[in-house]
Amino acid sequence: MAILLRDVVKRYTDRDGTSIAAVDGLTLEVPDGVCLGLLGPNGAGKSTTMRLLTAQSRADEGMINVLGHAIPREAKQARALMGVVPQTDNLDEELTARQNLEVFARLYRVPRAGVRAAVDRALEIAHLTGRADARADKLSGGMRRRLLVARGLVHSPRLVLLDEPTVGLDPQVRADLWGLIAGLRASGVTVLMSTHYIEEAERLADSCALMSHGKVIATGSPAELIADHAGDRVEEHEGSPERLAEVEGLARRAGLPTRRTGPTVSVLRAERISPSLADSLANGDRVVRRAANLEDVFVMLTGETVD
Amino acid sequence: MRGVWRRELALFRRYWASSSFASIIEPTIYLLAFGFGFGSLVGHVAGYRYVDFVGTGVVATATLFTSVFPGMFNTYIRRTYQHSYDAVLAAPVDVHEVVAGEASWIAVKSGVYSCAPILVSLAFGLRPDIGVIAVPIFTVLTAAGFALFGIWASTVVPSINSFDYIISGVLAPLFLVAGTFFPISGLPHWAHPIAHVNPLYHCVELVRHAVFGFHPLADLGHVGALVVFAALMWFLAVRGMRRRLID
Repeated sequence: MAILLRDVVKRYTDRDGTSIAAVDGLTLEVPDGVCLGLLGPNGAGKSTTMRLLTAQSRADEGMINVLGHAIPREAKQARALMGVVPQTDNLDEELTARQNLEVFARLYRVPRAGVRAAVDRALEIAHLTGRADARADKLSGGMRRRLLVARGLVHSPRLVLLDEPTVGLDPQVRADLWGLIAGLRASGVTVLMSTHYIEEAERLADSCALMSHGKVIATGSPAELIADHAGDRVEEHEGSPERLAEVEGLARRAGLPTRRTGPTVSVLRAERISPSLADSLANGDRVVRRAANLEDVFVMLTGETVD
Repeated sequence: MRGVWRRELALFRRYWASSSFASIIEPTIYLLAFGFGFGSLVGHVAGYRYVDFVGTGVVATATLFTSVFPGMFNTYIRRTYQHSYDAVLAAPVDVHEVVAGEASWIAVKSGVYSCAPILVSLAFGLRPDIGVIAVPIFTVLTAAGFALFGIWASTVVPSINSFDYIISGVLAPLFLVAGTFFPISGLPHWAHPIAHVNPLYHCVELVRHAVFGFHPLADLGHVGALVVFAALMWFLAVRGMRRRLID
């Protein structure tokens, strides 16, 4: 098991003295060689979880083990074996791409003789070989992000933590990074990736853990989660607000979950709609039929309103 | 720590020109202004030619400013704006190693630069004792203490503007009540104990004695005072950084 968290609690004390649990009884297992997507809305505790794994945040309760090392006691050994790609860009702006990587190769204790090869390899993985001597502040947003990933990989870690790797990026850049992450996963590196982009998890993760209010509320492969919580098919009904309320009422009386999707109501588990229900639902309004997705699961489990 | 130095060296290659210029020109201007401006009025102070008195005193002020400012501002900026330390601490590096790396780099750089006024003074007729070769040891030791003081201060201030309180309220008095531009014997009696708890005063004395002849017993005491200062600041800086970086 690459990562093991058991009943972990992390509390912060607010300015007015009230205690808030950012992580509240979190139990999570990440097997070796798996890419696990940690999904959850903002404030669910994903980033705190990442910081707990590197011992930059200390848990108040519970047990954490990373690559066989107890955290925080053996955090240094564990950190030597894992790479971290943070959510905030903290490259050294005034250094070149190569220098940024060289510094971290030293910090990660890559033997002196191997630094050059390690840096070249990381540049290649991130497709930055051609920009090796450009200063970090001269790189585009996408290149900087790739350089951040390369920095986390410079010591060939067995485990990589990616905290919201594509937040705020253009679609092309996201696709580019996805390719990079998929490559990592294919090479057998264990990946823990936090994200609130459902699509990202669906594409990349072997397994997902859904977090809400500091704990994991569901785990499984994207397909399992969809099958378990949203069924197979979804019908999206359009209409007036009164009509939407009516559709909701009809579906719920038949035991089918619904959720609001902007101006429409989605009826989940639509494959179970009985002929009689289909009759009462059909009144000439526009209906879109689609496959259930992880977003449906996400909203079903974390609630329709964001607090 | 070697990793931290690696980064500093890479950065230094970019800013060495401006940084060297400032570190050498500023004390030289002080030296010329005070040395000759006052020197023409004063002539001799405490048994030394005034220009020699100031030349050695300026070494200590250069040490103070080239160590405490990087300690305060660089570490504050790297911690709060650049988040550099968050990245470093995700690697197998602990907080005390970050502090050791930053402080030792500043100390060596500042300690070496601070010797510039001695070289300038040589050009103006300073004839030092052989002890002058020990000056870098004293400046590095003093700079280590003040760099750590700066790092600690950077963990205490609520915002970067609050450094003004430290600069005006702490550094300015330290700088003046140290026997740099005039001997502390010229100060009122109540100010003498203050000078003795001022690390900069001990640095000034050591530098002056190194150049004009050691007073072994007293100088041992001065070194001791600087070591105690650096040790105390090390403890406070590491504790402060740990509180700010690990939650």
